[in-house]
Amino acid sequence: MGITQILFYILAFASLFCAVAVITSKNPVFSVIWLIATFFTISGHYILLNAQFLAVVNIIVYAGAIMVLFLFVIMLMNLDKNLELPKNRWIRLIGAISGGCLLLVLIAALRTTDANMTQLGGGNIGLIKNLGDVLFKQYVVPFELSSILFLSAMVGAVVIGKSEGKSRTPEADKRVAAARASMNVKSL
Amino acid sequence: MDIRYYIFLSIALFVIGIVGVLTRRNAIIIFMCIELMLNAVNLLLVAFSKMHMLAKGGANGTEGQLFVFFIMVVAAAEVSVGLAIIVMLYRNTRSVDVNFLNRLKH
Repeated sequence: MGITQILFYILAFASLFCAVAVITSKNPVFSVIWLIATFFTISGHYILLNAQFLAVVNIIVYAGAIMVLFLFVIMLMNLDKNLELPKNRWIRLIGAISGGCLLLVLIAALRTTDANMTQLGGGNIGLIKNLGDVLFKQYVVPFELSSILFLSAMVGAVVIGKSEGKSRTPEADKRVAAARASMNVKSL
Repeated sequence: MDIRYYIFLSIALFVIGIVGVLTRRNAIIIFMCIELMLNAVNLLLVAFSKMHMLAKGGANGTEGQLFVFFIMVVAAAEVSVGLAIIVMLYRNTRSVDVNFLNRLKH
């Protein structure tokens, strides 16, 4: 068993552990931090597969930009003052059972695939020179279209998130109180 | 390295994301589980691209890594709009619990 196999097993167990910790943490801030750890282990997998550019982009875009956005939203929301709805144990049990069924079916279906090998620690298609060559020659139209997608996403985020002056009107509070009362939660 | 190990690892990460979506009710954590599922698919695409390169040789497999790049682009746009929607949900209901999103029922 070579060093790459050992590294693969370490990274695989680390990413699975961090992913389980994401969905079991009580505090959303800890969930974000475990998710950042998951992204770092996945970047380790990319480096092991010699996809250096994707590893760096994964860290910059996901762990750097997207997760900071999540943290900002969580901290702006002052979540610890929130009311917790009563926990439903059955939902958890049913969710875990259905997820386990899906895992079982997928693994049973893909267990007998061909034992092709994937290349670890070799090849140079992950370098930015080769990726950029294909990106700006063959795939330049989708690349330009993604800029329009970003522009529309930016406009959409601003329009949706724009504060409409006074956000807590009496009618809105009444509606929220009615919704809470219908779900047996004590009011604010 | 056998490709099946990568398939199993990606399936496990994807299923963890699905279980998180099904069991948690905090909208932000549901959103993070969607990101987890996207990353599981990305990992499998990179592994397949390297497998294709080993099988065919040369510059094959670049497309798989470009798909991962475009998935990251779309995910970044998706996150900005989705978090804006969650902020608006919080502003209207003072909570991010998805159980408060049942207004369509009435």
